[in-house]
Amino acid sequence: MLASIAFYVLSAIAVISAFAVIAARNPVHSVLFLILTFFTAAGLFVLLGAEFLAMLLVVVYVGAVAVLFLFVVMMLDVDFAELKQGFLSYMPIGAIVALALLGELGLVASAAMSADGAPIALAPAAPGAVTNAEQIGQVLYTDYLLVFQLAGLILFVAMIGAIVLTLRHRPGVKKQDIAAQVGRKRAEGVELKDIRPGQGIG
Amino acid sequence: MEITLAHYLFVAAALFTIGVFGIFVNRKNVIIILMSIELVLLSVNVNLVAFSAFLQNLQGQIFAMMVLTVAAAEAAVGLAILVTYFRNRGNIAVEDINQMRG
Repeated sequence: MLASIAFYVLSAIAVISAFAVIAARNPVHSVLFLILTFFTAAGLFVLLGAEFLAMLLVVVYVGAVAVLFLFVVMMLDVDFAELKQGFLSYMPIGAIVALALLGELGLVASAAMSADGAPIALAPAAPGAVTNAEQIGQVLYTDYLLVFQLAGLILFVAMIGAIVLTLRHRPGVKKQDIAAQVGRKRAEGVELKDIRPGQGIG
Repeated sequence: MEITLAHYLFVAAALFTIGVFGIFVNRKNVIIILMSIELVLLSVNVNLVAFSAFLQNLQGQIFAMMVLTVAAAEAAVGLAILVTYFRNRGNIAVEDINQMRG
């Protein structure tokens, strides 16, 4: 019973905040609502018994992706009111597509409801039983090793791509040149002056 | 009333629809479009995890992690492109992006 209430509350918050993401006037509010959506989705994952993925969602999305969005939104000095102008003109076609999509997906979900109404087994972890994280660890590094490596490769390529895209060489900035520093010879750096006694350097 | 697979499918369908709707109505604001794509990928993840719990099979959760990875990579590269574009043009008007074609 409590799980049902939790499900309804979490899913209601998730859907409402997801709508607020696309409807908010201020993009900073959009990002904050996006964080709320991810957080409630993590709660839904916990209800499904996928604790590891829920924590991953909080760490990766709330901790990294949403903060990245927040940085970019705050860094770019853009007139967002101007960008909001086409909202109503695109509304009809968007509403048509959205209603069609919702109808189709709802139909599929209703079919699933009538086909098999068995409640999702939450499998409460018995003491000493294998936890969700342990189960994932057991298969992730054995059966799905290639997938794991592929995920690492994707992240690596994305990292290199983001660095290459945003790296900017500014002219006129003084930087340390290690090669020039090390390759210096004594003859280039030191000049010997012959000074006569008693006269000093004029 | 017990929570069945269909309940989760309905939530995921609602999130997916909101994401697609957001892409349509925020045509001019590319940041909101990126966030909408994140919403769509999140709904896919909800579906994957729901089916994983329903079938008592971990494969769905592994694949959800893969989707998570791709979503994070996509957000990073998309925002990097956005920052570079803003640096060159001074705005992020999506209508003018077609000048980038070679």
